[in-house]
Amino acid sequence: MEPAFEIVVTALLVIAGTFGLIGSFGLLRLTDAMQRLHAPTKATTVGVGAALIASVIDLYLYRSELTWQELLVAVFLFITAPITALFLAKIHLHQTVPRDLLPPTGTGRDWATFDQTANGPTPELPKD
Amino acid sequence: MIGYALTYALGCFGIALACNLWRVLRGPTIADRILALDTMVINMIALIVLYGIRQGGPLNFEAALLFAMTGFVSTVAYAKFLLRGNIIE
Repeated sequence: MEPAFEIVVTALLVIAGTFGLIGSFGLLRLTDAMQRLHAPTKATTVGVGAALIASVIDLYLYRSELTWQELLVAVFLFITAPITALFLAKIHLHQTVPRDLLPPTGTGRDWATFDQTANGPTPELPKD
Repeated sequence: MIGYALTYALGCFGIALACNLWRVLRGPTIADRILALDTMVINMIALIVLYGIRQGGPLNFEAALLFAMTGFVSTVAYAKFLLRGNIIE
Protein backbone atom coordinates (compact mmCIF):
# COMPACT_ATOMS: atom_id res chain seq x y z
CA MET A 1 0.00 0.00 0.00
CA GLU A 2 2.90 2.34 0.71
CA PRO A 3 4.17 2.72 -2.89
CA ALA A 4 0.69 3.68 -4.03
CA PHE A 5 0.54 6.44 -1.43
CA GLU A 6 4.00 7.57 -2.40
CA ILE A 7 3.00 7.84 -6.05
CA VAL A 8 -0.09 9.81 -5.08
CA VAL A 9 1.97 12.24 -2.97
CA THR A 10 4.52 12.67 -5.75
CA ALA A 11 1.83 13.32 -8.34
CA LEU A 12 0.12 15.83 -6.08
CA LEU A 13 3.40 17.67 -5.46
CA VAL A 14 4.17 17.84 -9.18
CA ILE A 15 0.64 19.10 -9.89
CA ALA A 16 0.96 21.71 -7.14
CA GLY A 17 4.28 23.05 -8.40
CA THR A 18 3.17 23.09 -12.03
CA PHE A 19 -0.09 24.89 -11.35
CA GLY A 20 1.56 27.39 -9.03
CA LEU A 21 4.09 28.22 -11.71
CA ILE A 22 1.41 28.41 -14.41
CA GLY A 23 -0.67 30.79 -12.31
CA SER A 24 2.17 33.17 -11.62
CA PHE A 25 3.50 32.94 -15.17
CA GLY A 26 0.05 33.82 -16.44
CA LEU A 27 0.03 36.78 -14.07
CA LEU A 28 3.29 37.82 -15.66
CA ARG A 29 2.45 37.21 -19.31
CA LEU A 30 -1.22 38.07 -19.87
CA THR A 31 -1.78 41.49 -21.37
CA ASP A 32 -5.01 42.86 -19.95
CA ALA A 33 -5.72 43.61 -16.29
CA MET A 34 -8.88 41.51 -16.25
CA GLN A 35 -7.07 38.65 -17.99
CA ARG A 36 -4.44 38.80 -15.29
CA LEU A 37 -7.18 38.44 -12.69
CA HIS A 38 -7.95 35.04 -14.18
CA ALA A 39 -4.55 33.37 -13.95
CA PRO A 40 -3.70 33.22 -10.22
CA THR A 41 -6.97 31.53 -9.30
CA LYS A 42 -5.44 28.31 -10.61
CA ALA A 43 -2.49 28.73 -8.26
CA THR A 44 -4.87 29.31 -5.36
CA THR A 45 -7.21 26.40 -5.88
CA VAL A 46 -5.28 23.60 -7.53
CA GLY A 47 -1.75 24.60 -6.51
CA VAL A 48 -2.15 25.18 -2.80
CA GLY A 49 -4.96 22.61 -2.56
CA ALA A 50 -2.79 19.84 -4.01
CA ALA A 51 0.12 20.82 -1.75
CA LEU A 52 -2.11 20.68 1.34
CA ILE A 53 -3.59 17.30 0.39
CA ALA A 54 -0.07 16.00 -0.25
CA SER A 55 0.90 17.22 3.21
CA VAL A 56 -2.02 15.40 4.82
CA ILE A 57 -1.20 12.13 3.05
CA ASP A 58 2.52 12.53 3.76
CA LEU A 59 1.98 13.01 7.50
CA TYR A 60 -0.28 9.97 7.53
CA LEU A 61 2.31 7.97 5.62
CA TYR A 62 5.41 8.74 7.68
CA ARG A 63 4.11 9.68 11.10
CA SER A 64 0.84 7.73 10.93
CA GLU A 65 -1.14 10.59 12.35
CA LEU A 66 -4.16 11.76 10.48
CA THR A 67 -4.62 15.52 10.73
CA TRP A 68 -7.37 17.46 9.07
CA GLN A 69 -6.18 20.91 10.11
CA GLU A 70 -4.44 21.51 6.80
CA LEU A 71 -7.74 21.33 5.01
CA LEU A 72 -8.83 24.37 7.03
CA VAL A 73 -6.27 26.43 5.16
CA ALA A 74 -7.62 25.16 1.85
CA VAL A 75 -11.21 25.89 2.88
CA PHE A 76 -10.25 29.38 4.02
CA LEU A 77 -8.49 30.08 0.73
CA PHE A 78 -11.42 28.72 -1.28
CA ILE A 79 -13.78 31.01 0.60
CA THR A 80 -11.67 34.15 0.39
CA ALA A 81 -10.35 33.90 -3.19
CA PRO A 82 -13.65 34.96 -4.87
CA ILE A 83 -14.01 37.91 -2.49
CA THR A 84 -10.54 39.13 -3.38
CA ALA A 85 -11.28 38.73 -7.09
CA LEU A 86 -14.55 40.64 -6.70
CA PHE A 87 -12.82 43.53 -4.96
CA LEU A 88 -10.12 43.69 -7.62
CA ALA A 89 -12.71 43.70 -10.40
CA LYS A 90 -14.53 46.51 -8.60
CA ILE A 91 -11.30 48.51 -8.39
CA HIS A 92 -10.82 47.98 -12.12
CA LEU A 93 -14.35 49.18 -12.88
CA HIS A 94 -14.01 52.08 -10.47
CA GLN A 95 -10.80 53.32 -12.02
CA THR A 96 -11.31 52.65 -15.73
CA VAL A 97 -15.02 53.07 -16.53
CA PRO A 98 -16.16 56.72 -16.47
CA ARG A 99 -19.03 57.47 -14.19
CA ASP A 100 -21.29 58.60 -17.04
CA LEU A 101 -21.15 55.18 -18.69
CA LEU A 102 -22.41 53.33 -15.63
CA PRO A 103 -26.04 52.19 -15.99
CA PRO A 104 -28.59 53.45 -13.48
CA THR A 105 -28.80 51.38 -10.34
CA GLY A 106 -32.59 51.39 -10.27
CA THR A 107 -32.74 51.67 -6.49
CA GLY A 108 -32.71 55.40 -5.97
CA ARG A 109 -29.22 55.25 -4.55
CA ASP A 110 -25.91 55.62 -6.31
CA TRP A 111 -23.40 52.88 -7.04
CA ALA A 112 -21.77 51.58 -3.89
CA THR A 113 -18.36 53.02 -4.69
CA PHE A 114 -19.78 56.50 -5.27
CA ASP A 115 -22.54 56.55 -2.68
CA GLN A 116 -21.91 59.19 -0.10
CA THR A 117 -23.47 57.65 2.97
CA ALA A 118 -22.66 54.25 4.31
CA ASN A 119 -26.04 53.37 5.82
CA GLY A 120 -28.44 54.95 3.39
CA PRO A 121 -29.65 58.53 3.12
CA THR A 122 -29.86 60.39 6.36
CA PRO A 123 -33.49 60.53 7.51
CA GLU A 124 -35.27 63.83 7.48
CA LEU A 125 -35.79 65.28 10.89
CA PRO A 126 -39.47 65.83 11.67
CA LYS A 127 -40.38 69.49 11.49
CA ASP A 128 -42.80 70.72 14.06
CA MET B 1 10.78 9.88 -5.14
CA ILE B 2 8.91 12.32 -2.93
CA GLY B 3 12.19 14.20 -2.40
CA TYR B 4 12.58 14.95 -6.11
CA ALA B 5 8.95 16.04 -6.40
CA LEU B 6 9.41 18.28 -3.34
CA THR B 7 12.46 19.91 -4.85
CA TYR B 8 10.57 20.44 -8.10
CA ALA B 9 7.57 21.98 -6.35
CA LEU B 10 9.77 24.21 -4.18
CA GLY B 11 11.60 25.42 -7.27
CA CYS B 12 8.34 26.06 -9.10
CA PHE B 13 6.93 28.15 -6.29
CA GLY B 14 10.22 30.02 -5.98
CA ILE B 15 10.11 30.97 -9.66
CA ALA B 16 6.44 31.88 -9.22
CA LEU B 17 7.40 34.27 -6.40
CA ALA B 18 9.95 35.90 -8.70
CA CYS B 19 7.26 36.33 -11.38
CA ASN B 20 4.94 37.92 -8.84
CA LEU B 21 7.65 40.26 -7.63
CA TRP B 22 8.19 41.41 -11.20
CA ARG B 23 4.47 42.09 -11.54
CA VAL B 24 4.49 44.02 -8.25
CA LEU B 25 7.32 46.21 -9.53
CA ARG B 26 6.05 46.69 -13.07
CA GLY B 27 2.26 46.42 -12.72
CA PRO B 28 0.67 49.19 -14.77
CA THR B 29 -2.39 49.56 -12.56
CA ILE B 30 -2.71 49.41 -8.80
CA ALA B 31 -5.09 46.45 -9.04
CA ASP B 32 -2.28 44.46 -10.66
CA ARG B 33 0.01 45.18 -7.75
CA ILE B 34 -2.61 44.17 -5.20
CA LEU B 35 -3.32 40.97 -7.13
CA ALA B 36 0.39 40.17 -7.37
CA LEU B 37 0.85 40.71 -3.63
CA ASP B 38 -2.12 38.46 -2.91
CA THR B 39 -0.64 35.78 -5.16
CA MET B 40 2.68 36.17 -3.37
CA VAL B 41 0.96 35.44 -0.07
CA ILE B 42 -0.65 32.34 -1.58
CA ASN B 43 2.69 31.14 -2.94
CA MET B 44 4.25 31.71 0.48
CA ILE B 45 1.55 29.52 2.05
CA ALA B 46 2.42 26.79 -0.44
CA LEU B 47 6.13 27.19 0.36
CA ILE B 48 5.43 26.89 4.10
CA VAL B 49 3.39 23.72 3.53
CA LEU B 50 6.09 22.20 1.31
CA TYR B 51 8.74 23.09 3.90
CA GLY B 52 6.64 21.31 6.51
CA ILE B 53 6.59 18.19 4.32
CA ARG B 54 10.36 18.38 3.86
CA GLN B 55 11.00 18.75 7.60
CA GLY B 56 8.81 15.73 8.21
CA GLY B 57 7.84 17.17 11.55
CA PRO B 58 4.55 18.65 12.65
CA LEU B 59 3.29 20.90 9.91
CA ASN B 60 3.62 24.63 10.29
CA PHE B 61 -0.12 24.78 10.12
CA GLU B 62 -0.52 27.86 12.30
CA ALA B 63 1.93 29.83 10.19
CA ALA B 64 0.08 28.90 7.00
CA LEU B 65 -3.30 29.86 8.42
CA LEU B 66 -1.95 33.15 9.79
CA PHE B 67 -0.49 33.99 6.40
CA ALA B 68 -3.81 33.20 4.74
CA MET B 69 -5.80 35.40 7.14
CA THR B 70 -3.47 38.41 7.17
CA GLY B 71 -3.10 38.24 3.40
CA PHE B 72 -6.85 38.24 2.85
CA VAL B 73 -7.52 41.00 5.37
CA SER B 74 -4.77 43.25 4.02
CA THR B 75 -5.96 42.75 0.43
CA VAL B 76 -9.55 43.59 1.32
CA ALA B 77 -8.45 46.58 3.41
CA TYR B 78 -6.39 48.03 0.58
CA ALA B 79 -9.16 47.40 -1.94
CA LYS B 80 -11.70 49.02 0.37
CA PHE B 81 -9.43 52.00 0.82
CA LEU B 82 -9.11 52.43 -2.94
CA LEU B 83 -12.83 52.06 -3.50
CA ARG B 84 -14.16 54.26 -0.73
CA GLY B 85 -11.21 56.27 0.55
CA ASN B 86 -11.89 54.79 3.96
CA ILE B 87 -11.55 51.32 5.40
CA ILE B 88 -14.09 51.22 8.20
CA GLU B 89 -16.96 53.62 7.65
